[in-house]
Amino acid sequence: MDISSSVFLLIGSFLYISGGVGILRFPDFYTRMHAVGVTETLATAMILIGLMLLNPEGLVLIKLIIILIMTLFISPTASHALASSAMQNNLIPKLDKNEVNEKETSSNS
Amino acid sequence: MKDLLSVIMLLGIYSLLSACFFVAMDAVDVAFTEAAVGAGISTLLMLVAITMTGREENPSRHKPALALIVVTITGSLLIYGTLDMPYFGLAQDPVHLHVAPRYVNDSMQEIGVPNIVTSVLASYRAFDTFGEVVVIFTAGMGVLALLSVVRRPKDIVIDSSKIDSFNKCMHEEHLILRIVAKMLIPFILLFALYVQFHGDYGPGGGFQAGVIFAAAIILYTMLFGMNTARRVINQSATQLFAAIGVLLYGSVGVISLLEGKNFLDYRVLSTDPLAGQHLGILLIELGVGITVTAVMVIIFFNFAGRGNDQQNKENSDS
Repeated sequence: MDISSSVFLLIGSFLYISGGVGILRFPDFYTRMHAVGVTETLATAMILIGLMLLNPEGLVLIKLIIILIMTLFISPTASHALASSAMQNNLIPKLDKNEVNEKETSSNS
Repeated sequence: MKDLLSVIMLLGIYSLLSACFFVAMDAVDVAFTEAAVGAGISTLLMLVAITMTGREENPSRHKPALALIVVTITGSLLIYGTLDMPYFGLAQDPVHLHVAPRYVNDSMQEIGVPNIVTSVLASYRAFDTFGEVVVIFTAGMGVLALLSVVRRPKDIVIDSSKIDSFNKCMHEEHLILRIVAKMLIPFILLFALYVQFHGDYGPGGGFQAGVIFAAAIILYTMLFGMNTARRVINQSATQLFAAIGVLLYGSVGVISLLEGKNFLDYRVLSTDPLAGQHLGILLIELGVGITVTAVMVIIFFNFAGRGNDQQNKENSDS
């Protein structure tokens, strides 16, 4: 039980760290959103499952399950809201370098 | 920093971090309040405020040097003052010798509520809390006096069809958000009620519950549009409720005065003093919750409604 829970916790922390690396390394808003939004949900679920395995009985388990369900609802919705509102406010995704150059040249000419 | 939005976000992050260190210092009630009020609703209200004022700070005509000098002097004086204070966590602090042992040792016999914070807040220091509720009520009244717009009924008749179509297109835009919010709002309301009535036994109480309840209503308003929400939540009724909460709190105090005890002495409410304390705490927490909810909703509605009016004016002008 301890081993499996620590495996879950490790996977969760690895995902969190990779999300953090993504938010620092990726070039523009949408890719950063992508990095965090994708990893965060799974990482939170992993950590909560790991905590459930540490304490698999009683009220704590029910509370953790409720938190898990809430996170599964809320965090994808929050990412969606952020990204769609950025799109509505005309934040243009950063494209490939070639395409950007083409656009610039076409707008210049 | 000239960008007001990032200032607000930093304030919210600061509140969340202070909530974290309150948890680390075992002050769960304070942390809960900080997270709900500081990080949650005050950030939200300030965001609504900057939709009215605009995102950029106006260039100031003051010279910052003088203000900086005054702030530095005041800050250094305050820090100098803390040198005289007893070291943090010292066992010989006056607090640990005089007041705290009374609360820790005797509150179970005197009040009978497991959560000492609630018994201090609602029974030993009930008069202070009454003052806080009156302050919140006054804030709501101030916002009403400054911002509330008297609408001519004509405008509403003309606008309603327009606004309905506007609401409809907004719904389709926020389809996912709307569905998730529909699922979550009942749970938020339920959680607020739990916090309200579980305050005797765990962290929580009227202030937090009121803020969470108001947050659910504000979420609904943001997603379903101002006019739908105005139809659900009657504005004059919220104003009435803001007053009813304070009145409930005060009348509990007056009852104990009439029975010949001190103001807000709950022991007279029942034949058993402990049951009286329970009943009194329940009633005044209810009063706090009602007032806080109503005032938060009033503040939000007035800020957001004014923003809507400005937009409508601009639309009709253009």
